[in-house]
Amino acid sequence: MTTLRRSYLAGARVGLGLGVATFVLGVTFGAYSQTLGWGIAAPIVASLVVFSGSAQFAMATALAGGGNLAVAVGAAALINARFLPMGAAVAADLRGGRLRRAWEGQAVVDGSWVAAHLGEGRFDREKLIGCTLVQLPAWVLGTVLGVLAAPPPDVVARFGLDVVFPGFFLVLLIDELRRSRQAVLTAALAACLAGILVLFVPVGLALIGASAAALVGLGVRR
Amino acid sequence: MTLWLAIVAVALVSIGFKAAGPVLLGDRTLPPRLAGVIALLAPALLAGLVLTDVTGPAWSGLDWTLCAGLAAIAVTYALRVPVLAAILCGVVVTAALRFLL
Repeated sequence: MTTLRRSYLAGARVGLGLGVATFVLGVTFGAYSQTLGWGIAAPIVASLVVFSGSAQFAMATALAGGGNLAVAVGAAALINARFLPMGAAVAADLRGGRLRRAWEGQAVVDGSWVAAHLGEGRFDREKLIGCTLVQLPAWVLGTVLGVLAAPPPDVVARFGLDVVFPGFFLVLLIDELRRSRQAVLTAALAACLAGILVLFVPVGLALIGASAAALVGLGVRR
Repeated sequence: MTLWLAIVAVALVSIGFKAAGPVLLGDRTLPPRLAGVIALLAPALLAGLVLTDVTGPAWSGLDWTLCAGLAAIAVTYALRVPVLAAILCGVVVTAALRFLL
């Protein structure tokens, strides 16, 4: 088997694990959209073209809370602003001209980006893409099931399924913490920042504020 | 109509954010200090995501059964239990606590 193929498969394997969590979250998004009267097509199209749980929940919550178009798009944009530095980070490891790189950059989603991180700011392109290729159908199919079955939110809570998504982020975090002491320091600082900020600002803004903890990296000698 | 406009706008913003770095930077590598910051974005972002998932807006969603499930995941995964088994442990702990209490 070629190295490239092995990388894609390694990504797909991580994607399968993440896909379970993504699928469950997709079901909850689909079910949530039904409580807001979105109909069948809109939530499924949203999952297909936006492909970002945090942004879709932010948009839905803002619209449900009486927010207008600008507020809803602004909330989703704030929460997705992290894709700017994440996309910049993988840029050098993608291939082809500008258009192809822009296309390959669409593979950047939280779980895949972290799984493909090789350390020192380098990324495994094939692992990134392989991991995302598994998560996209999981997200869309989860949404479809949520829309069609519309399980009440208490079913998700009763069976402890709300643990799945933060649980996967926690596992990825533990992998990162094993890399370096700076990662431990950064994560601790980010958690403190997020804990304080979330008291005063929406979750999206708190996340961006927490990401500022990465500035610890300015002091790292290479 | 507002809903569809919002979906299209959020999709365009999301695609634009992901494309901007690769389009503007091409195959140029980042300066070392910036690369140092970006290398630490993952732990920062993940810590923020886990914490805000647990707290919810303004700490309104804090649920100790969820925290117990996450603690079970952290302990089992740190002990080198495979990912899916560790997650399943967390789900079982949280579901059991909610069932019993």
